[in-house]
Amino acid sequence: MSTVPEVVVTGLGATTPLGGDVASTWSAALAGTSGARTMDNDWAEKYGMPVNFAATIAVKPEEVLTRPETKRMDPSTQYAIIAAREAWKDAGSPEVDGTRLGTVVSSGIGGIWTTLDAWDTLREKGARRVLPMTVPMLMPNSPTGYVSLEFGARAGAHALVSACASGAEAIGYGVEMIRSGRADVVIAGGTEATIHPMPISAFAASRTLSLRNDDPASASRPYDVDRDGFVIGEGSGIVVLESAEHAAARGARVYAKIAGVGLSADGYHITSPEPTGDGQIRAMRDALKDAGVDAENVVHVNAHATSTEVGDLVEARSISTVMGSSADRVALSATKSMTGHLLGGAGALETIFTVLAVHNRQAPPTINVANPDPELTLDLVRDTPRDLPAGDIAALNNSFGFGGHNVALVVKNA
Amino acid sequence: MAYTEQEVLAGLAEIVAEETGLPTDTITAEKSFVDDLDIDSLSIMTIVTHAEDKFDVTIPDDAAKDFNLVGDAVNFIVGAQA
Repeated sequence: MSTVPEVVVTGLGATTPLGGDVASTWSAALAGTSGARTMDNDWAEKYGMPVNFAATIAVKPEEVLTRPETKRMDPSTQYAIIAAREAWKDAGSPEVDGTRLGTVVSSGIGGIWTTLDAWDTLREKGARRVLPMTVPMLMPNSPTGYVSLEFGARAGAHALVSACASGAEAIGYGVEMIRSGRADVVIAGGTEATIHPMPISAFAASRTLSLRNDDPASASRPYDVDRDGFVIGEGSGIVVLESAEHAAARGARVYAKIAGVGLSADGYHITSPEPTGDGQIRAMRDALKDAGVDAENVVHVNAHATSTEVGDLVEARSISTVMGSSADRVALSATKSMTGHLLGGAGALETIFTVLAVHNRQAPPTINVANPDPELTLDLVRDTPRDLPAGDIAALNNSFGFGGHNVALVVKNA
Repeated sequence: MAYTEQEVLAGLAEIVAEETGLPTDTITAEKSFVDDLDIDSLSIMTIVTHAEDKFDVTIPDDAAKDFNLVGDAVNFIVGAQA
């Protein structure tokens, strides 16, 4: 009987509010940089929007892609392609049979720019002016489809949709593709391009966005007593997952292992987290069990922590419950304080941060926490990075989404 | 005001260049959309949609499917102008 393959990370790629690649994003995160800025447009004035800032992408795709690529792909796909190309190159462009190569690239919302642009065209110019590429551009599986085309990945091209947990769930499914023997290599991650006045207005209407227009850089402040909502971000994070055997056979550089995947649903409310954290706790415990890791060996958690009043504390209590007596030894980081919330890209970018934290033994900081919420009992990494211990270590990455989705991934050193 | 054949060719070349990334000066009347410019059917329909908008003409699908050369499209558009 064959054993279940171990899954390792051999390539990383990203384009984010902090930088156009992983290296610039990671160094900006270690330096405690905010990616939030006042938007360079007249939306607030024109539409009466209560929010005029966002964590917009640092390097515009037009600077990286060809003109036809930017016209044939929704921005969400453009970000994913940029990140996937970097990840693939970073992995050493592995030689792999296309039928053993998979893609799982998710988006929380899909090609909303394309959808709304086409609707504008229809209303202004009529049906004959709606472009034939509209549907292949707007569909939420467009990013995974284009990544599959780019690399000839034919083991399967998937796009799991679970709002702000999508990017993490994609990586979890990529791990399962390798474990179940369907693929040797999987390009997995998430992407989002939702900085458009309609979704911003809609998020603002649901009272989930920070309204700190006068100081965007300090607006995303998870666990601070004055937090007032999340900051919308955009971008993509993509990893190359590989069976440990396949990576070893080609002498690939291994960043870390994705050792455990935990999934659950709240079944409670479409947007609010279940207050006892039952679903979050089950996801974390399942991920640790799957990884064969005891809670006391977890040295770092990259929290979902979006900077909302209720969500941050529910998660903090869930983490405390899972970690039990070793909770005070966990270095807790909330990197959305710097990147903003990439929605469907968030879980993937934060998995990259968690992988790099384990690989480099350095937990990234949480910024903007002037006055920590007194209810937070965990050890928050504030303002400057913190060294993680030597030896065998494990870290958790949490991602939760509207709809009641909970995803926890366990990362172990290689 | 009607567009001249030269103006239509120049305008169409710009549309094709946007869609394909080819330099406009390589998009000449005698080039075949499929064989020379490597344009698929979705791209041809995209080009037709942009051309209808730019030149304010209607290009029925039956006409568009007979466009082999860039010049075929230019001739149709010149003739279709009111």
